[in-house]
Amino acid sequence: MEGLTLSEAEQRYYCDLFSYCDTESTKKVASNGRVLELFRAAQLPNDVVMQIMEQCGATRLGYFGRSQFYIALKLVAVAQSGLPLRVESLNTVKDLPLPRFVMTKNEQESRHTALYSSDADNSASYSGVIPPPPGRIQVKKGSVSHDAVQQRTSTDQQESTSPVVSPQQSPPTSPHTWRKHNRHPSGGNNERPLAGPGPFWAPFSEAQPGSSTSSDPIWSGHSPPPHQENWVSFADTPPTSALLAMHPASVQDQTTVRTVASATTTNEIRRQSSSYDDPWKITDEQRQYYVNQFKTIQPDLNGFIPGSAAKEFFTKSKLPILELSHIWELSDFDKDGALTLDEFCAAFHLVVARKNGYDLPQKLPESLMPKLIDLEDSTEVGEQTGEVGYSSSPAEAPPSKSPSMPSLNQTWPELNQSSEQWETFSERSSSSQTLTQFDSNIAPADPDTAIVHPVPIRMTPSKIHMQEMELKRTGSDHANPTSPLLVKPPELPEENKMSSSVKFTPGNTVNGYSSSDSYTSDPEQIGGTVTRQRSHSGTSPDNTAPPPPPPRPHPSHSRSSSLDMNRSFSVTPGQQQAGVVAYPPAVPPRPQPSQGAGPHVHRPVDAEGLIAHTSTSPQQIPEQPNFADFSQFEAFAVSGVNKEEDDEIETHSEVLQVEKPPDSASSLRVAKADGRVEDKAPANVPTSAGKGTTPLAPPPKPIRRRLKSEDELRPEAEEHTQKTGVIAAVLASQPSIPRSVGKDKKAIQASIRRNKETNTVLARLNSELQQQLKDVLEERISLEVQLEQLRPFSHL
Amino acid sequence: MAVCIAVIAKENYPLYIRSVPTENELKFHYTVHTSLDVVDEKISAMGKALVDQRELYLGLLYPTEDYKVYGYVTNSRVKFVMVVDSSNTALRDNEIRSMFRKLHNSYTDIMCNPFYNPGDRIHSRAFDNMVNSMMMQVC
Repeated sequence: MEGLTLSEAEQRYYCDLFSYCDTESTKKVASNGRVLELFRAAQLPNDVVMQIMEQCGATRLGYFGRSQFYIALKLVAVAQSGLPLRVESLNTVKDLPLPRFVMTKNEQESRHTALYSSDADNSASYSGVIPPPPGRIQVKKGSVSHDAVQQRTSTDQQESTSPVVSPQQSPPTSPHTWRKHNRHPSGGNNERPLAGPGPFWAPFSEAQPGSSTSSDPIWSGHSPPPHQENWVSFADTPPTSALLAMHPASVQDQTTVRTVASATTTNEIRRQSSSYDDPWKITDEQRQYYVNQFKTIQPDLNGFIPGSAAKEFFTKSKLPILELSHIWELSDFDKDGALTLDEFCAAFHLVVARKNGYDLPQKLPESLMPKLIDLEDSTEVGEQTGEVGYSSSPAEAPPSKSPSMPSLNQTWPELNQSSEQWETFSERSSSSQTLTQFDSNIAPADPDTAIVHPVPIRMTPSKIHMQEMELKRTGSDHANPTSPLLVKPPELPEENKMSSSVKFTPGNTVNGYSSSDSYTSDPEQIGGTVTRQRSHSGTSPDNTAPPPPPPRPHPSHSRSSSLDMNRSFSVTPGQQQAGVVAYPPAVPPRPQPSQGAGPHVHRPVDAEGLIAHTSTSPQQIPEQPNFADFSQFEAFAVSGVNKEEDDEIETHSEVLQVEKPPDSASSLRVAKADGRVEDKAPANVPTSAGKGTTPLAPPPKPIRRRLKSEDELRPEAEEHTQKTGVIAAVLASQPSIPRSVGKDKKAIQASIRRNKETNTVLARLNSELQQQLKDVLEERISLEVQLEQLRPFSHL
Repeated sequence: MAVCIAVIAKENYPLYIRSVPTENELKFHYTVHTSLDVVDEKISAMGKALVDQRELYLGLLYPTEDYKVYGYVTNSRVKFVMVVDSSNTALRDNEIRSMFRKLHNSYTDIMCNPFYNPGDRIHSRAFDNMVNSMMMQVC
């Protein structure tokens, strides 16, 4: 072999080819198979190939060493240039263009060469595959075939350089598809099946005078820049061969492939471009046909075809369901269960291809990918017309769409990922909010409209009480704090619920129930159907009120808290927030034993009574119990002995008499503050009794005790004869008895309630202490046992 | 990297089972079958009213000496069971979760296919590819 001088470009090129053929990575020998494929891809007659092989010495050696390979490549270039094959010509022919192989340049795509190897044989068969335009393609291709081999090769190159996009992505798929398709539309172009986008040898594409402008944009952006540049440089070499004569434009342009001026008509361009992606390329006629079919299902071209309609339609094609399912998977790009026009065309195209015997690709070919919204490739503009041949039919694709395939490919994974993210979001969102459903039980069934029957579960009967009071207030038409609520019913329903719930909660710390109560205390309905309110509580989905704090363990606050509510209302007229604020203070007064936990049923009545009282003087309400207590205390102080119901009545009557309101109130409060289970020494009673008019004098304990005794006494016979004349004196000193019987009664009931409350409180305390006692005893026992166990050892 | 991935329908018949081709494919089938009991147990433990709040990812169903079984249930009671090699300690819980999420997404895509009848065996290539990507790479 004579020495082979290669230009730098050639050197690089050959090196790449060699490495491509070097499947075994020997770096020395190119595998015969690959080399043969390569030569076949050169589209040279077989005898020429044999000649080449002989001349390069491979036949002698039996394998293709690097030098042989290079020589062979050079000879291929020579042959393609139309020059006779002579070994001498290796070095003599100057400016020989690089050998053209109808395969993608990219190493990655070298796999594809296998596909292409068979292309030349199958080119003719394609024409019949695609129904609409086959004949036309054939004709066009035939016309192309008239041209010299160069022309063909040029077209090949054009096709090979089909703008298809991102080589990185398509290559993996196309090889598979191409292998399966033994029949490739060759049309006039043997080459073909390009399908694979891949980097094409730019020089070849540039050489294509007929390079369609359409392909230009595609090419430009898609071929790997480095390659492109390399290849571009080739184009720069002044062409001397006949082939190069075809490149006048390219030479002039000296730009990327894209700029190659195409002498061919746009038809040829289209034809060529359409032949590129065969069989996946959709021609115009096909596209139109698909669009018409789409219209029969969905007149709106921008609309969707639902999955069911598409299923029926494609089932008519008599393909097996499994394949249709796969076609759907491929074509439903956005996985939405519906087909857009692009998706539909892709699906239809696949169906057609399949019916014609083509195997389905694993992945959707780029040409069939629906154009997403303007994906601006880095590429330049490229005419949109150029894209006619591509799946983005001009009818649909907005002109602004550039060959977006590559970007499609690039964006799709992102979309996929985003869809995954979205799906994850949706997953998370599946966790429903845990709406507190506590009020379902609480829906009060009390049919009473006027009277709000406190729900037993509810810890805050006081709310009901409050409602009643509100009712009363509204009835009494006072400028009560609740009235503002009524005034603004629309706004308040929620606010009230919130506020009332909040109000209730601090007072009663009955959260679960308070919320429901809050709903019931809808001011709108206060005047009307309180029960309706209650019913709402259960059904109100609007649990916007923050979950109320755990209910207080004292269910018997109703009265006191209600009174507190009254106070809060009185204090903060119209200000629900204030009411809320005022509420917390209501908590401390909890241990108001005087405010006995009267029966709930009574409460409404009491509430009314209280309301009546409060109507006149809200201030009196909170004081009423005090008064009651006070009077009780006083009565006790006077009597110094057990009280009777009469006393209580008297005391209640005295409630009205603010004998010593401040003192009594304070004493009461003090009493409550000190409210303990401890029983005050009875001795205090006499002392207090002795004091008579100074109920304050006796320490709280005695008062407490008195209350307790009162409670105890209350359940006893109502009628107790006064034991001492003191009581009589007390009675005598209570001229207020006849004054307002109604108020007395209410006061009595209030005091009853309070006492009962106190009762329960004390009972609870008692039980708790008992429990503690038990625990302590158990501990003690256990300790003793341990001690005994240890004792024997102590002797050791 | 899972050793076996299975999709079980609501009625507890398999829609899709794929194992890394080893000799014990039947063993994996058996494992998946027994894991269904655990799945049901976990589902029922949540209570009827809390279906919405039930976490889709069930977590480790039960470990054996060779492998661990993870479960995932959709709201339509389609179960995904994944068997993972115990020696593969690099797999963390959130990775398992992401794998299940991908499975769920792919399953949803299959459901969107009008040609797929719910209840049929799954023959989707896309699904296969996705599952293959998650299976142990046995070279």
